[in-house]
Amino acid sequence: MSLALIAALPFLGALLPGLMIRAGKNACALVTGSVTALALLMLGLHAPAVLRGEVVQTRIEWIPSLGLNANFFLDGLGLLFAGLILGIGLLIILYARFYLAKSDPMGQFYTYLMLFQGAMVGIVLSDNILMLLVFWELTSLSSFLLIGYWKHLPEGRQGARMALTVTGGGGLAMIAGMLILGNIAGSYDLSVILQNKELIQASDWYLPALILILLGAFTKSAQFPFHFWLPHAMAAPTPVSAYLHSATMVKAGLFLMARLWPVLAGTPEWFYIVATAGLITMVMAAKIALFKDDLKALLAFSTVSHLGLITMLLGFGTVEAATVAVFHIINHATFKAALFMSAGIVDHEAHTRDLKRLGGLRRLMPITFAIVTIASLSMAGIPPLNGFLSKELMLEEAAHTTWMANPWLIGVLATIGALFSVAYSFRFIAHAFLGPVRDDYPHTPHDPGFGLWAAPALLAGLVVLIGLFPMLTAAWLVNAAAGAVTGQDIAVKITHWHGLYAPALWMSLAAIGGGLVLMGLHPRLMALWNATPRPEAKRIFDGIVEPVARLAARLSDALHDGALTRFIAIATLTIVAAGAYAFATGTFAPGLREMTPIYAVPALGWLSLVLATLAIVIYHRNRLLTLVLVGIVGLMVSLAFAYFSAPDLALTQISVEVVSIILMLLALNFLPKTTPVESSGTRRGLDATVAVVAGIAIAVLSFALMTRDPAFAPISDFHIANSKPEGGGTNIVNVILVDFRGYDTFGEIIVLGIAALVIYALTEALLRAGPANDRLLAWRPDQRRAGDRHPMMLVVATRLILPIALMVGVFMFLRGHNLPGGGFIAGLIVAIALVMQYMASGFAWTAARQKVDYHALVASGIVIAAATGIGAWFNGMPFLTSAFGYVNIWPLEQFELATAALFDLGVFLTVLGAVMLALASLSRLGLRAGETVNVQPFDIDPSEGRSLNSEEAR
Amino acid sequence: MEALVASALGLLTAAGLYLMLRQRTFPVIVGLTLLSYAVNVFIFAVGRLTTNMPPIYGPDVAGYADPLPQALVLTAIVISFGMTAVIVMMALGAFLESGHDKIDMNDDDTPAEGDAK
Repeated sequence: MSLALIAALPFLGALLPGLMIRAGKNACALVTGSVTALALLMLGLHAPAVLRGEVVQTRIEWIPSLGLNANFFLDGLGLLFAGLILGIGLLIILYARFYLAKSDPMGQFYTYLMLFQGAMVGIVLSDNILMLLVFWELTSLSSFLLIGYWKHLPEGRQGARMALTVTGGGGLAMIAGMLILGNIAGSYDLSVILQNKELIQASDWYLPALILILLGAFTKSAQFPFHFWLPHAMAAPTPVSAYLHSATMVKAGLFLMARLWPVLAGTPEWFYIVATAGLITMVMAAKIALFKDDLKALLAFSTVSHLGLITMLLGFGTVEAATVAVFHIINHATFKAALFMSAGIVDHEAHTRDLKRLGGLRRLMPITFAIVTIASLSMAGIPPLNGFLSKELMLEEAAHTTWMANPWLIGVLATIGALFSVAYSFRFIAHAFLGPVRDDYPHTPHDPGFGLWAAPALLAGLVVLIGLFPMLTAAWLVNAAAGAVTGQDIAVKITHWHGLYAPALWMSLAAIGGGLVLMGLHPRLMALWNATPRPEAKRIFDGIVEPVARLAARLSDALHDGALTRFIAIATLTIVAAGAYAFATGTFAPGLREMTPIYAVPALGWLSLVLATLAIVIYHRNRLLTLVLVGIVGLMVSLAFAYFSAPDLALTQISVEVVSIILMLLALNFLPKTTPVESSGTRRGLDATVAVVAGIAIAVLSFALMTRDPAFAPISDFHIANSKPEGGGTNIVNVILVDFRGYDTFGEIIVLGIAALVIYALTEALLRAGPANDRLLAWRPDQRRAGDRHPMMLVVATRLILPIALMVGVFMFLRGHNLPGGGFIAGLIVAIALVMQYMASGFAWTAARQKVDYHALVASGIVIAAATGIGAWFNGMPFLTSAFGYVNIWPLEQFELATAALFDLGVFLTVLGAVMLALASLSRLGLRAGETVNVQPFDIDPSEGRSLNSEEAR
Repeated sequence: MEALVASALGLLTAAGLYLMLRQRTFPVIVGLTLLSYAVNVFIFAVGRLTTNMPPIYGPDVAGYADPLPQALVLTAIVISFGMTAVIVMMALGAFLESGHDKIDMNDDDTPAEGDAK
């Protein structure tokens, strides 16, 4: 459980910043940081066991039949990566607290950051590759949010889009590759796959799987030719760059290659694809980095280069090289994160990261200078820092590797890469910090507060410590991680001095010397670089993506151009065609079921329905008439329900009918009263054809259905048999609603409540200042108003009816469990009773006398229903299990008490609240449109013979 | 009666769809209402047609109508009211915001200021 919790903690933590930001930025950062710290602590508790060589596992069965289980495992490699992700994550949270500007929404930033952190931890702890893929995609999505965090910057948005396109596209390829891999191994569990090296490498599908998986890894880790997205992702805030692009996301690809190293590595295919790509990436990116003036761009290409270095080492396929790769992952994370954060500090203080505008910061920012110097020298591979150690080991491996029978090619190229690396590292120090102090910085720089430099300083300290005492500080972790990668016991020996005969020494010296020479030649080289034309990755990317996007847009515009009519027509025809195909190819029994006889009165009802429907189609341009006709149809439908043994439905339908007609009338008050003729005759003919085809299909289908018995025995017999013994009610429909299918009903009243809230929210939006509000204020009735808006007869009659109607509602509610009725119907009836008052005396007059908050009504209904359901837990029963009993109170007859009635009360309150909220919202629009508020219940008192509401308040 | 119910269902569907293919909001809402009737009755009819056999316990009853579709349709009726109410409100809002009640936007319709807030 604990491993799953480590992966889940950041996700849970992602919920907190949004809430905590109200308590201030410090509280927000503190809470976010403590979640990460807790996860790190839990990871640390597992560390001793993992370092002993044990593998910690957590297995949660989810969908075993699909091989989809939430299995987690932690070995040395997982420990290394999870430690990096959480540890550096913690530093980033601290750094971001002081980096982000006042105007940046910090809660959002931390939420995205935690989502990303959770996804990354998920990747490195997953044992199931399907789950790993899900987390993998989550990193693409959450990094999209992070890179595009500064939404107002077009570069940010473009960079985020490009990163998502490239890494997301690679992720898609990887899904295919992983599925192939899982298929070969016969399991989606990594721990099983890793045992099946021979099986996988012997399979014909090995190469496709390898290529697809590497596509995923290379795009994520920005390997050539997919390296171009990373520099563009630098538009992100610096904490993001430091986190995603030094320590975590780009290392996900490396992690995957390391994770699958035992089964994929060791073949010539692996060597030539991975090592070559890594080598090219390393040299090419190092060269570009030298010519970048933007500090972050320089670091970005340097990162690409170092990722290439690690990829190349993994590509070599030897145990020693893999060990060096693991060591360099640690070192690179420390110095590169420190450098990114320092670049952020420079940007933050000097308001520029352009090397051409910087220089001389040594005296102005001594602390930052110290941090940068340590980290840069480590990046350059200067002894005794940690970057030197792993670079020496890398050069040693490179010197002993043969590429296409060429023993020195890799060694020479690796040295050249290292040479460029030295040059750009020195340039970072020299052009930003050395030289004379200038007087034209955009902002006078000075060292930032402790909060901002604490994190990079800590990392710089690690750079020195690992550099000085590698065996003490890092070797144990390298051993554990490399052991997990290679499946062998590793006891690495890291020293500063490999002897005079080690090629690495001379390669290193060449690199440092050459680097210094390059540094000296830099101005001239820069001029040459600027004069040479070179492919611009972004233009190529846009050149590919834009036509594709245009094509996609054209295709989707042709299929659905946003016109509702086209949607409906296409959907209808598709459904009918699918049905027709099924009908033509399937088999069906003859319709032998005996038909119910036709009597005169029901036939008359049918006739009225048909005539009313036809009249609606013919006269639909007259909207008021249409509403009357809809009322007739609704009435006929309710009668049909009553006739066909569904009294509950009949009651519901007829009461819903009343409120919907009122609702539509209220809306029609504002809407035009007629529909103009717009479409051509041909268009109407086509529409009619579509409609008639669908109508015929429905008619045939329903007739076929009704004249046959069910193919399988319906489950209704269970409900019929158990309604009374189990549910305690004799009205089976009601017992199904409040008991058997109570969960459904619960969901439905929530939907109803949400619908009411949506209506309320829409009203609020319309009533805010804007064109809608202006139109309401300027609204003139387009029809003659009634002379007597609140006729006394109507007022008196509705007052008389009110208690009776309420009583009917209560009666319907109480008897619902045993006879037709129940919460839904009672709620509608009471709503109608109240609406009658609105109609008779006006909205405001009634509302002033009836102080019920409809929101509270909806909420209390849902709460009561939920509480009833939860109550079952206290009796050890599942949610919504109902109980009932019989009570005798003299002089009443024996009666039943059921918890289902309480649940039904919740239904009742929600329905009442929702209906009233919807209607009241429309009335509020009316008030804004100048509907007057009456002081008296009716306008004209006949005994006085004058208008009572002459002083109507607006 | 099966033939009558089936034909009424077909007619309601056809009329509902025809109105939903119109260009203005109000006919679309009316069409949706008609289609809701059709769908509700169709689901109800899946329980087959029975007369004088309400699904309520009683002495000497010959049998019960299928209660399950009835329960499903009962909530469906209420939910479709909620849905209709939302759509009516949306139609009204669109009319007030844009000054016309066409379901498709004119080319010169831009999102109103109020939406962004």
